[in-house]
Amino acid sequence: MATTPYRVIGTRPVRHDGADKVTGKAVYTADFKLPGLQAGFVLRSPHPHAKIVSIDTSAAEATAGVSAVVTGADFPNVQDKIAQLGEGSVNLAHLSANCMAKDKVLYKGHAVAAVSATNAHIAEEAAAKIVVEYEMLPSVTDIMEAMADDAPLLHADLFTDDLGQKADTASNVAVHMHFEKGDVAAGFEQADVVVEAEFKTATVHQGYIEPHAIVADYNEDGRVRLWTATQGSFTCRQQTAEILQIGVGDVLVTPCEIGGGFGGKIAVYLEPTAAILSKKAGRPVSILMTRTDVFEATGPTPASFMRVKVGAKNDGTLIAGEAWIAYDAGAFPGGVIGPGCMCVFSCYDIEHAVVDGYDVCVNKPHTKAYRAPGATQVAFAMEQLMDELAEQLDICPLEIRMKNAVKEGSRRVDGPVYPQIGYVECLEALRDSDHWNSPLTGDNRGRGIAGGFWFGCGLKSSAACSVNSDGTINLLEGSTDIGGSRASLAMQLAETLGIESSDINPMVGDTDSVGYTDVTGGSRVTFATGLAAYEAGRDLQSQMKVRAAELWECETNDVSIADDGTFSGNGKTAGFKDLATQLFSSGEALVGRATVAPECPTNGFAAHIVDVEVDPDTGKVTILRYTAIQDAGTAIHPSYVEGQMQGGAVQGIGWALNEEYFFNDDDQMTNASFLDYRMPTMLDVPMIDTIIVETGNADHPYGVRGVGEPPIIPPPPAIGNAIYNATQTRMRELPMSPPKVWQAMQSSD
Amino acid sequence: MKDFQYAAPTTIQAATSLLTEHGSGARILAGGTDIIVQLREGLREADIVVDIKKIPELRECQYSDESGLCLGAAVTCCEIYEDADLAGRYGALADSTHIIGGWQIQSRASVGGNLCNASPAADTIPALIVLNAEAQVTGPNGQRTIAADAFCTGPGINSLVDGEFVVAIQIPPQSASMGSAYQRFIPRNEMDIAVVGVGSWIELDADGNIANARISLGAVAATPLFAVEASQFLVGKEPSDDNFAEAAELAKQIATPITDMRGTAHYRTHLVGVLVKRTLTTALARAQA
Repeated sequence: MATTPYRVIGTRPVRHDGADKVTGKAVYTADFKLPGLQAGFVLRSPHPHAKIVSIDTSAAEATAGVSAVVTGADFPNVQDKIAQLGEGSVNLAHLSANCMAKDKVLYKGHAVAAVSATNAHIAEEAAAKIVVEYEMLPSVTDIMEAMADDAPLLHADLFTDDLGQKADTASNVAVHMHFEKGDVAAGFEQADVVVEAEFKTATVHQGYIEPHAIVADYNEDGRVRLWTATQGSFTCRQQTAEILQIGVGDVLVTPCEIGGGFGGKIAVYLEPTAAILSKKAGRPVSILMTRTDVFEATGPTPASFMRVKVGAKNDGTLIAGEAWIAYDAGAFPGGVIGPGCMCVFSCYDIEHAVVDGYDVCVNKPHTKAYRAPGATQVAFAMEQLMDELAEQLDICPLEIRMKNAVKEGSRRVDGPVYPQIGYVECLEALRDSDHWNSPLTGDNRGRGIAGGFWFGCGLKSSAACSVNSDGTINLLEGSTDIGGSRASLAMQLAETLGIESSDINPMVGDTDSVGYTDVTGGSRVTFATGLAAYEAGRDLQSQMKVRAAELWECETNDVSIADDGTFSGNGKTAGFKDLATQLFSSGEALVGRATVAPECPTNGFAAHIVDVEVDPDTGKVTILRYTAIQDAGTAIHPSYVEGQMQGGAVQGIGWALNEEYFFNDDDQMTNASFLDYRMPTMLDVPMIDTIIVETGNADHPYGVRGVGEPPIIPPPPAIGNAIYNATQTRMRELPMSPPKVWQAMQSSD
Repeated sequence: MKDFQYAAPTTIQAATSLLTEHGSGARILAGGTDIIVQLREGLREADIVVDIKKIPELRECQYSDESGLCLGAAVTCCEIYEDADLAGRYGALADSTHIIGGWQIQSRASVGGNLCNASPAADTIPALIVLNAEAQVTGPNGQRTIAADAFCTGPGINSLVDGEFVVAIQIPPQSASMGSAYQRFIPRNEMDIAVVGVGSWIELDADGNIANARISLGAVAATPLFAVEASQFLVGKEPSDDNFAEAAELAKQIATPITDMRGTAHYRTHLVGVLVKRTLTTALARAQA
C-alpha cells in the first residue's frame, strides 16, 4: 500500500450509526408512531390499461373505523411542469397521476383510491368495498410493439419530441435523441472488421430491502409533516408541495433511516396520498407498501432493445460505432434513455460514432433510476461486442480494451472531453490481479471481463458543524445516509480539523434544520457533501483563527494552521480540541457552515473479472470467482468503498442471471414477490474480491470520486463473455437464466 | 386478512371435535409456514385456525426395523435431517427436508403440513411417494390410511374430508440394500420453488441388479406423480447409465407441465430426464454404500 498523506482518510473506523443498526434500534419509517396514528391502505388497479368510468367509495366511507377515503378527485390539478430531482427530472402532472390515477390506469398496481382507518385490517377491508368501474383498453408492454404505428396509445396527448421538433401525431415514443461525432459512414469504410448484433434486457427492480413507507401529519395550521424513507428530503418536499399545490415552506420532511434506494426512492409515491388522507381524517396517517406493491407500482428500471455496431482496424483500433437504443419509460415519459445513450461508447475512444435513443411508454410502472441508470443495459451490448471483435481479430479481450480505453483528452460521443480519469489504471490493476493471473481449469468453465463508466455528479449540498465545549463536533448535513455516508463525511471533517472521526456526531437534518441538499444519488454524497463538510471545517478554522488571535493577543495573520490542524501564533500552539475548549469559555459559540454546488462530474470507472461454470444439462450458471476493480479517486473509508463494489457486483449478477418482470398474456406482472423475482441469495454468489484503484480527483480536496454506481455495470457483459468462453454460446438477452442459456446452447450446437 | 379464531387442542379427540364443528371454515396449522402466508395474502380463508402441534402424538417420531418409521404429522423438517440415523435410512426424505426454505422455515415446517398443503411442487411429496409412505388419517368417522401417491387430488387440494387430519406418516423400514434420493432444479441455490423435483428409490438384489425401483416427479402435473412405467422398467435390470437414461425417457412421457414464470413446458420436461438420471445415480450409490 502506498503511503498516504492522511491521518483519518483511508482508515476504517466504526460507523456512527453502527450500534443502532446492529441492535435494531435504528428508527425506520415503519417504526415511527404518533398519537392517534391511522393506518392507510391503497387500492390498486388489477388491469394494465383501462379508463376509470366511476369510483363508488360510499360503502368504504360507511365502514366503522374508517377516517378518510381519497381518490384522484381529491388531488389538485397540476399543470405540466418539469421539476429537476437531482438525478433526472419529472413532469409534475405525470407524477401526480402516478401517485393516484385520475381518468385512466396505465399499469397493474396503479393506485386508484386510498383509505385510512383505525387499523390496517379495517382499511384493507374497507378498500375492498370500493367499486371501481373500468372500461378495458388494449395494452402493450413490449418496447418494439409499443413503437409500432398501430400500438395501443397510453397518452393521447403525447407527441414525440424528435430532436427538438414535436411530431404531429400521438405516439408512445416520448423522445428521440441523437448524438454524433466524426463521420460514421467514413469510419465504417475504414474498418477492417465490423461486428453488429441486437440485444435485449428485461425489466428489473432496484430491490431495496425496505418497502416504501410514510407517516404524514397535515396540521391544523396548514403545514404538512412527513416522516419517510427517501433519497432526498428536499426533493421529496418539493414534489409533495407541488402535487398538493402548497408552498415548499409548508412541508417538513424528516428522513428516517433508509433500507436502500438505488435510485428508486427519489420520486414520491405515498407522500401526497398520505397527506391528503391525513387532512381529511384530521389525524396522522401511515401507509406501508407490501413487497407486491413495491414491485407493481414503484421502480423498476427499463427493459431495453438495442442494435449496436462497432468497427475496428486490424490492429484492434476502434474506428466507428453506431447504436440504436430503445428503453421503456413505463407508464409515463421520462425514462433513463439519456444516460444510456451517453454511456454506450463511454469507455472507448472511437473516432466516429452515432447514437440514436428512444424513450418509449408502455403499460408498466413508470421506470426509475437504478444505480448507474441506463448504463448497465448498453454495457451488456457494447462489452460483449468488444469480445467479439477481439475474437475475430485474435486479440486478447483485455488488450483490445487497453488499446482503446478512454483517457484524459478523449471525447465522448455526447460531447464532453474527459479530464484525468482512471480506466486504464483499472485495466492495469485487472492485468496485475491474482485472479487474471490464475489459470482457469475444468470443463464447462469460462472467464470474462468487462468495463463500466458512470458520470458521478456534484449538485447542491450543505453542512453545518457546531463545536461543543469539549471540542467535539455535531455535524449536521442534508444527505440521507444509505451507504455509510455519515461516517465518510465525519472522516473528511475530522481530517480537515485534525481530530478523530469519533469526535464527531454526524446527523442527517430535516428540511427545516439544514441547508438545501440534493438527493443521495449520482454517487455524489461522499464527493459533494464531503466537500461541504470540508468547507464547513475550513469556515470553522477561519473563525477560530480570529478568536485565537484575540486570545493570544496577536494579529489574525499571525495565526497559522498546520496540516494536522494545530493552531500556532505568538509563540503559542494548541490542537483543535484544546483551542475549541479555551474559546468556549471566552465568547460566542463556534458554528461552521458551508454550502456547495460543484458542477463537475467525478468520472468513475470499473473493470470486473468473473469465472463461471455452466451446467450443460440445465443451463444453470454458477459464479466461481469474482473480482471487482474500481477507481475510487481516494477511498475515504475503504470498507464502505469495498461494500459498494461488492453490493453493486451482486446486484449486477442478479440482473445478469435471473431477475426479470414476467408478464402474462393480459400484461399483468405475475412474479411480484421475492420468491419468483429472483435476486441472488448468499448461496448464489462467491466472495466478491475487490481491488481499489486510487487515481485522485483534482476537483475535490481529498481526491474523491463517486463509487456507488459503476460496479453494477460490468457484471452482465462480463458474465456473458464468461458464458461464451465456457460454451461458445453468445447470450444476447438478459437475464441469462437457466432455460434461456440451455435453449441457446441447444440452438448453437 | 379476515379475523379468525385460534385454538390449540392437546388431544386428537379435541382436535377432531373442533374440526368437525367448524367444517370447511376450519384450517389446520402445524408449522404454519404455508397457511399463515395464505391467510395473509387472501389465498385461503378461515373462521378458525386449529393448531395441532400441541397434541403429543403429532410430535412423536419412532423407528423400528419391523414397522419402519412413524413420523408424527407435526415433526419439523430439521428434526428429520438432523437425525443422522433417520437421514441415513431415508435419503430422499432427508434431501427434501433439507432444502425447504431456510433454517427458520425448516425449524417450523412439518412433513405432514407439506403433504397436506398439496402443492404440485412440494419437495417432500415425491420423496414420500418413492418411499411408499402412507398417511394415517383420523376424523369423525374413525381412522383410515391414504397412500402418498393418492393423497393429492389437485393443486392445493388433498383427499381429506371435513373434520379429518393427518396424525402421522408411516414409512416402511429400509434395509442396507435400499437407497433413495430427491433433487429439485431451481434457478438459484436456495429459497426457491422446484421448477421440477424428482425422487428415486432403488432396492438392489444379491447380484447388484435392481430388485425394485420407484420414481416420482414433482411440479410437472397438477399433483406429484408416481412414474409407474419408468419404475417398473428398471426392475430386474442392471443399474447402468443406459438403463437410467431409458427410465428417464419413460418418466418424461408422463410429465404434463405448464409454461409459467418458473419455466417452459419444454424445459421442464427436459429437466425431468436430467433429474431422473441424477437421482437414480445418487440412490444407487446410497444402496451400494
